[in-house]
Amino acid sequence: MLDFTSRGIGGPITGQLVDLTPHLPVLPIVLPLAVAAFMLLLEERRRIFKAGLGAATTAALVLVSFVLLNAVAGDADGVIVYRLADWPAPFGIVLVVDRLAALMLMVTSVLALASFVFAVSGWAIVSPRFHSLFLLLVMGINGAFLTGDLFNLYVFFEVLLAGSYGLLLHGSGRARVRAGLQYIAVNLGSSILFLIGAGLIYAVTGTLNLVDMMRVAADLQGQDATLFRAGLAVLSVAFLTKAGVWPLSFWLPVSYPVATPPVAAMFVIMTKVGAYVLLRVVALASGVPDTGLVEFLSPWLLYGGIATVLFGSMGLLASTQLPRIASYATLVTAGTLVAAVGTADQRVISGALYYMIGSTLATGAAFLLAELVARLRPAEPAADAGVEPVFGDDYETSLQTDFEGYEVGIAIPAGTAMLGGAFVVAALVLAGLPPLSGFLAKFAIVSGVLSGGPELSPEAWVLAGVVVFSGLATLIALMRKGIEAFWRPGDENVAEVRSLEALPIGILLSLCVALTLFAAPVVTYLDATGAYLADPIEYARSVLEPGP
Amino acid sequence: MELVTAVGIGVIAAAGVWLVLRPRTFQVILGLSLLTYAVNAFLLAMGGLTVGAPPVLESVAAPNAAEHADPVPQSLVLTSIVISFSMTALYLVVLLTSRGLTGTDHVDAEEPA
Repeated sequence: MLDFTSRGIGGPITGQLVDLTPHLPVLPIVLPLAVAAFMLLLEERRRIFKAGLGAATTAALVLVSFVLLNAVAGDADGVIVYRLADWPAPFGIVLVVDRLAALMLMVTSVLALASFVFAVSGWAIVSPRFHSLFLLLVMGINGAFLTGDLFNLYVFFEVLLAGSYGLLLHGSGRARVRAGLQYIAVNLGSSILFLIGAGLIYAVTGTLNLVDMMRVAADLQGQDATLFRAGLAVLSVAFLTKAGVWPLSFWLPVSYPVATPPVAAMFVIMTKVGAYVLLRVVALASGVPDTGLVEFLSPWLLYGGIATVLFGSMGLLASTQLPRIASYATLVTAGTLVAAVGTADQRVISGALYYMIGSTLATGAAFLLAELVARLRPAEPAADAGVEPVFGDDYETSLQTDFEGYEVGIAIPAGTAMLGGAFVVAALVLAGLPPLSGFLAKFAIVSGVLSGGPELSPEAWVLAGVVVFSGLATLIALMRKGIEAFWRPGDENVAEVRSLEALPIGILLSLCVALTLFAAPVVTYLDATGAYLADPIEYARSVLEPGP
Repeated sequence: MELVTAVGIGVIAAAGVWLVLRPRTFQVILGLSLLTYAVNAFLLAMGGLTVGAPPVLESVAAPNAAEHADPVPQSLVLTSIVISFSMTALYLVVLLTSRGLTGTDHVDAEEPA
């Protein structure tokens, strides 16, 4: 017979309001999940209501992320640990908000809001259940950034992948189904590797908590240490695949360009999830220097990152379509970030994080712009126009690719000029030219790489050269596209840009500008992040200490 | 028992890898299924191979960890079975859609020239 009352369960309910502030860290996961589940109950016809609800949810996530970001920025420790059901750390599940996670949450929620608003202006209705899938994808991404243990990382990866499978196929059509077929197979394969790695690590350490795992790893000897390394290596292959690091990146340029524009814009953050986990693992491993794990992982990350940037640059030079250019720009960003992690130098990492913020927002904007720019010259009809549903489904909206009669928002004047301006801003950020944030970020990376002591390693020169070269390749690709789209005389249309399409692009690009204007606080925050990642003791102590 | 389990998992995984690398979608999905079986068995084995040991404590007063199987891998396997099963089902739908749209079951959605 269990006595609940003596344990404080089921006692008299007091009438006080529950203070929600300590539960903020779990909101980025619970809120989209709850809203997505609720939306499934609504009919497809109520799309205006769904759109409003989804936009409100993503806006609320921006707010929550901002509060969390402020909380960790103002906090001396810079770590908020949320213990689910208040179980102590290695046994229970923990969510950890630190400077890095809060930053990633912020970027994710801003990108989600922009993509969602853009989707609402048209693309959301071409297939059913877009809104729920989108929110589930956001939930998975947020969860992957927040979780403090390996198995929940796997679960959140699967949630975000499941959402992304559905979203990639959104809109159907031959090209998307073909891309989806390969994308799903690759990701199922990498999930299998993830499980093998997690299994090996659990077998050796007996724990799944990331901090506890590294604590145990410090004392491993002989065979166990080798097995741990093998597990970590298998795990890293899975993360490198998600991050799109060459030669595990061939799935990306075939799948992103065929996704619908708002979906592709949201996918930009997904490669960063892989890079984020690698950064997290390397940062934690630097807390146990005797194991030599950092030296074990870094060369692979450094060379892999450099190869990815080169591969992305080649792809950029070979691309003529804006979605393809944006896909390869995603690869360049991911490669730069992974290479920076491989340097294990906090100045390079903080510079790369700054670069990541600007280029993620700008790449997202580029994917959204791609559709509007394509309207200027509706020359080539899509290869898969007029798609019929393959399976009968219970939704009443037939698949449609034009949005006649469903145009939210008014057409704004001077559409072409606005497109041109937005294109220039996105190009400047992506190519890393002054005066915008891309330049500051690349400068920070290169100066960090080149100030690594009196004797510079050849790798440092190669990395600096490759980062600069990728900017040149981006510039050439975007300039060629810009001239072709805006300046070539001929039968161009006047671009019809509706307010709900212009708004998200405006938000993303003005944030890029703001990132330049208010560079000082951002860089201060990122330098603190870099220093904090280089010394993970605070993170480890916060996670493992018994709760208050 | 360790050897039999290891060899079994190895054979299934090898068959899975070979099938995943084949050009037909049906072969790929069979390969992925085999790989997930192998990984699930692998995960279960990671808690140590024991026979007849319950994963739930029998005596709270004097618990003896040596008499019990590790419950964590069992719950992990449960999660991974659910996830991999649903993902395989999803892949099956995409596979059929691709067949319906393109008329071929090649992974490139077109017959090689």
